[in-house]
Amino acid sequence: MVIGVSGVQGDFREHKWMIEKLGIETFVVKLPEDLDKVDGLIIPGGESTAMIRIMKMTCFFEKLREKIEGGFPVYGTCAGLIILAREIENYPQESLGVIDIKVVRNAYGRQVDSFDEMIEIKGFDKPFKAVFIRAPRVEQYGPDVEALAFLNNSPVMCRQKNVLVTSFHPELTDDTRVHEYFLNMVKEYKVN
Amino acid sequence: MEKGTWEIKKGFAEMFKGGVIMDVTTAEQARVAEEAGAVAVMALERVPADIRKAGGVARMANVSKIKEIMQAVSIPVMAKVRIGHIAEARILEALGVDYIDESEVLTPADDRFHINKHEFTVPFVCGARNLGEALRRLSEGAAMIRTKGEPGTGNIVEAVKHMRTVMAEIRKVQNLPYEEIVSYAKEIGAPAELVQQVKELGRLPVVNFAAGGVATPADAALMMMLGADGVFVGSGIFKSKDPVKMAKSIVMAVTYWNDPEMLLKISEDIGEPMEGLEVETLEVKLQERGW
Repeated sequence: MVIGVSGVQGDFREHKWMIEKLGIETFVVKLPEDLDKVDGLIIPGGESTAMIRIMKMTCFFEKLREKIEGGFPVYGTCAGLIILAREIENYPQESLGVIDIKVVRNAYGRQVDSFDEMIEIKGFDKPFKAVFIRAPRVEQYGPDVEALAFLNNSPVMCRQKNVLVTSFHPELTDDTRVHEYFLNMVKEYKVN
Repeated sequence: MEKGTWEIKKGFAEMFKGGVIMDVTTAEQARVAEEAGAVAVMALERVPADIRKAGGVARMANVSKIKEIMQAVSIPVMAKVRIGHIAEARILEALGVDYIDESEVLTPADDRFHINKHEFTVPFVCGARNLGEALRRLSEGAAMIRTKGEPGTGNIVEAVKHMRTVMAEIRKVQNLPYEEIVSYAKEIGAPAELVQQVKELGRLPVVNFAAGGVATPADAALMMMLGADGVFVGSGIFKSKDPVKMAKSIVMAVTYWNDPEMLLKISEDIGEPMEGLEVETLEVKLQERGW
């Protein structure tokens, strides 16, 4: 099993280290053809506007959408969540639309308002330290979306079949449980 | 709930990696930068090339100008304060700027001390020419480091020198036996604990960007090849003939720095870059500011 980490822009190194810590091989993906070399993809935190523009210039965007629609497992953190979302409410911005959530960008304020908080995640035995950095907020989610964690009544971790998103950054902590959850999604996909 | 922790300040800088931070002086330029794929903009009164030309005392940008830029874009907005100018930094923090650059590009306000950046909720980036300088800034609380280069020249030689120096010193520290750490720390004027951390990590404990002299996509790619995590472009974009093309090309070059075919494609048709200056002919070297 090889986990791809999008190296288009953002904190991909931290995600790579998390997966490698779990003993799994990684590959930094930058071009559309690289997507065929991996069993799943993580889209890291960073700037969603920058990532989308770069992805569109190489057809990475279109190829990724096609693969996700075919069941390819993908996990997006923060900017990654925005790229995977159906709709972004407060900025006219294109997205992949592969998870039925409506998102507000920078919903918690500017950098001085960035924070961390202990949250409960469904199926996890202990709370998780969630780091929110200029984070997006999920305003609405459709019936096919399972909300796995909440903060002040807004979902901060969601899954729709092969698509997993968090508005926080588990890769900035030492806690690998969210990454393990994603690895299990990839394993399920490989079996089927 | 906690805000402004070291983890949050440092973590935010990690999000800029593989990205380009562009100097802008108007809301219009900020929109061009965002549209081109910048990960953040640096709000300024004048770009470094014009600061150099104008001479006199260069200060923090006008607050209304920074505000206008913050309202124009959705990406993070950074702004510069003079070295040691605690009050300018407090004003920018109150304004809600996302990152502060305590910068040698502006005229220093304190000829001996930098700001105690630990006391702030907003994170800081600072320039450095070598490992000792980088670690001094870290110990004062900077959560991101950049090379100083020689701003406003369009000449990459100084940024290369600074990046190579930092990387060579990191390699040296990695090979030092523990008993030599304290003496080496004293020699380079850095806290021993931070030198030890560099030894263990094999890199700086924070994100390290290139800055000061980037004028073409090839310059940006060169800095990535030397180990930069990303690139600041000051005068290089809006002093070029075709800023839109130049901005897009530099963004692409920072992602695809290790792909020569892509770099070739990116470098075609970028228009005329900014005019460059020989470092030897400069009357004022901005990189010498900072202590």
